[in-house]
Amino acid sequence: MTDLQKKYNLNHLRELESESIFVMREVAAQFERPALLFSGGKDSIVMVHLAKKAFWPAKIPFPLMHIDTGHNFIETMIFRDELVKKLGAELIVGSVQESIDNGRVVEETGFDASRNLLQTVTLLDTLTRYKIDAALGGGRRDEEKARAKERFFSHRDEFGQWDPKNQRPELWNIFNSKKRVGEHFRVFPLSNWTEMDIWQYIYLDNIDIPNLYFTHERQVFKRDGAWLADAPFMKKRESEKVVTMRIRCRTIGDISCTGLTVSEASTLEDIIQEIAAVRVTERGGRADDLRSESAMEDRKKEGYF
Amino acid sequence: MEDKFTTKAYLEMELLRFTTAGSVDDGKSTLIGRLLYDSKSIFEDQLEAVKRASIRKGNEVINLALLTDGLRAEREQGITIDVAYRYFATPKRKFIIADTPGHVQYTRNMVTGASTANAALILIDARNGVTEQTYRHSYIASLLQIPHLIICVNKMDLMHYNEEVYEKIKHDFGAFAAKLDVKDIQFVPISALNGDNVVEKLDNMPWYEGGTLRYILENIYVASDHNHIDPRFPVQYVIRPISKKYHDYRGYAGRVAGGVFHKGEKVMVLPSGFITTLEAIDFDESEINEAFPPMSVTFRLSDDLDISRGDMIVRENNVPETGQDIEVMMCWMSDKPLVPGMKYYLRHTTAEVRAMIKEIVYKVNVNTLEHVPDGKELRMNEIGLVRLRTTKPLYYDSYRRNRTTGSIILIEEGTFNTVGVGMIV
Repeated sequence: MTDLQKKYNLNHLRELESESIFVMREVAAQFERPALLFSGGKDSIVMVHLAKKAFWPAKIPFPLMHIDTGHNFIETMIFRDELVKKLGAELIVGSVQESIDNGRVVEETGFDASRNLLQTVTLLDTLTRYKIDAALGGGRRDEEKARAKERFFSHRDEFGQWDPKNQRPELWNIFNSKKRVGEHFRVFPLSNWTEMDIWQYIYLDNIDIPNLYFTHERQVFKRDGAWLADAPFMKKRESEKVVTMRIRCRTIGDISCTGLTVSEASTLEDIIQEIAAVRVTERGGRADDLRSESAMEDRKKEGYF
Repeated sequence: MEDKFTTKAYLEMELLRFTTAGSVDDGKSTLIGRLLYDSKSIFEDQLEAVKRASIRKGNEVINLALLTDGLRAEREQGITIDVAYRYFATPKRKFIIADTPGHVQYTRNMVTGASTANAALILIDARNGVTEQTYRHSYIASLLQIPHLIICVNKMDLMHYNEEVYEKIKHDFGAFAAKLDVKDIQFVPISALNGDNVVEKLDNMPWYEGGTLRYILENIYVASDHNHIDPRFPVQYVIRPISKKYHDYRGYAGRVAGGVFHKGEKVMVLPSGFITTLEAIDFDESEINEAFPPMSVTFRLSDDLDISRGDMIVRENNVPETGQDIEVMMCWMSDKPLVPGMKYYLRHTTAEVRAMIKEIVYKVNVNTLEHVPDGKELRMNEIGLVRLRTTKPLYYDSYRRNRTTGSIILIEEGTFNTVGVGMIV
């Protein structure tokens, strides 16, 4: 390769970055009231970072929206509030507890109870309440087999449902945002990123992430081969003894379904080496996906993230 | 620890997007499974899940197709319904596979997968040789201007790794390839099942002197796949911070669609035709000197002009074509056929206009490449040359010259579905 050709060639991380920025600008241009779904996890943090780049020197032209299960790691909440303050962004919170109190959903009971499924109702209610017509999500196609079929611009009917068998064709980088009253879109700017891309990019751009991703001591117990964090609302069986371990989060979700990794990784370099060597997917520890072979597809059809 | 995942090495990796096409049972899923597996991109829990599902279905061997069939209906019916995207990396490159199904709505899906691809993998079953489906897949790859075709002659193990079988297929394909518009065609004899020439050479085909499939994928020359000649910048979004610090800031955000833009040079804004100076190219918090495809940047111009989404910034002595009467090779994707007189929304780069179908000049028989005069209608999965008229002028290049400024989609009024996709001729 000659220098000139090399000069006009983007490396793959910058190409992915450019693609994601393009998608976010399309959302700002094509929709009236978009929102960025923010969970406090690394993917949504990278989304915020990209949105900041896409619209600089203007502020991000849409609010962040957090669907709060009430079962979050406290570190996630602190991180969220600091980030919002730093950006001067608007934050919308949809509360699952409120949905329970209003009788919109019924809390699951038993040992494996989780508020993961209930989030869908809260999410759809919050989108309706704020008249959001495009919700930007940090979902990636490499995460899960149903997600591998997802479009960048993913249409949702008036019930918030996804119809995976009948998706609009999506070609080149022309995105069709047209919809009827009451319908909305989910948009996934990180579609083509992999877990490794996300970590390398966080390292490259020196992006702040919650300490939960690095090794720390925590009270945990083992269930179905996975380590879960202890918390007052986590109902434990007789046999599930709480111990102190050095662990870290590979993904961050609601406490009830976030499997923890026993790890000594204390820097981003350590994490990257750990991810390179690991032989299970990052969602392998997610109790929400292990419920059935089609757990993700079924939730997505109902309107999940 | 493998050094390939240090950030320095990672940053030097290029991205290659390729699409895979094949007929039913030609071993496409096995091949993809092998590429993923041998590059350690399949994880233990995924493999376990596929094993469990294979046993439940009564399959004797692990069915790697289950790895790519993500939807419940696909697993139940044993067919692939929609394009699935797969990811893997080798120390040299990062790959995105658009895996397109071979039977259901093949044209629609393959065209979709091909639209963003730099390379197409076309599988031929060594036992069957070149078939109509090979022609069809190659034609679509050529129509969508995928620069590199890799013809994988698979199941060589079932033909005793016979060189003559391979040579005959190469010869048969070559006769057809002369009719295609593809820059680079390579052949590789493989056995996806045994792994011959996929990632490793093995000893079964000593007569084959070329590289393995993975070697070819890692070394295809992609740097020249973008147009670096004709500067094209479709304006996507206008950035106006309205803040104290950036009170007068007005930036035009977009993704470079062609050519190289330099800070300080004269540019022309379409449709107004005004000439102005490209004062600065902003990216994030810094200024850069040059912008080229596919960079997303923000332009600042030295004059205050009325510019909005759908306008295009170009260079004075290199302007795109302008017009309201456009000819496109149209691939139709809706149950409701395209007929002359119908009106649609038309999207072209960041512009939206309305368009009326004037005429279907001919249809293409995708198996023989013959032009079939039939002006009545274009049905689902059919491809034809269509003339249309737009409500406002478009600024375009031929698709052959630029895949971004040469492509359009049609959106149906009422349902708002994407019903047709076109390549400007």
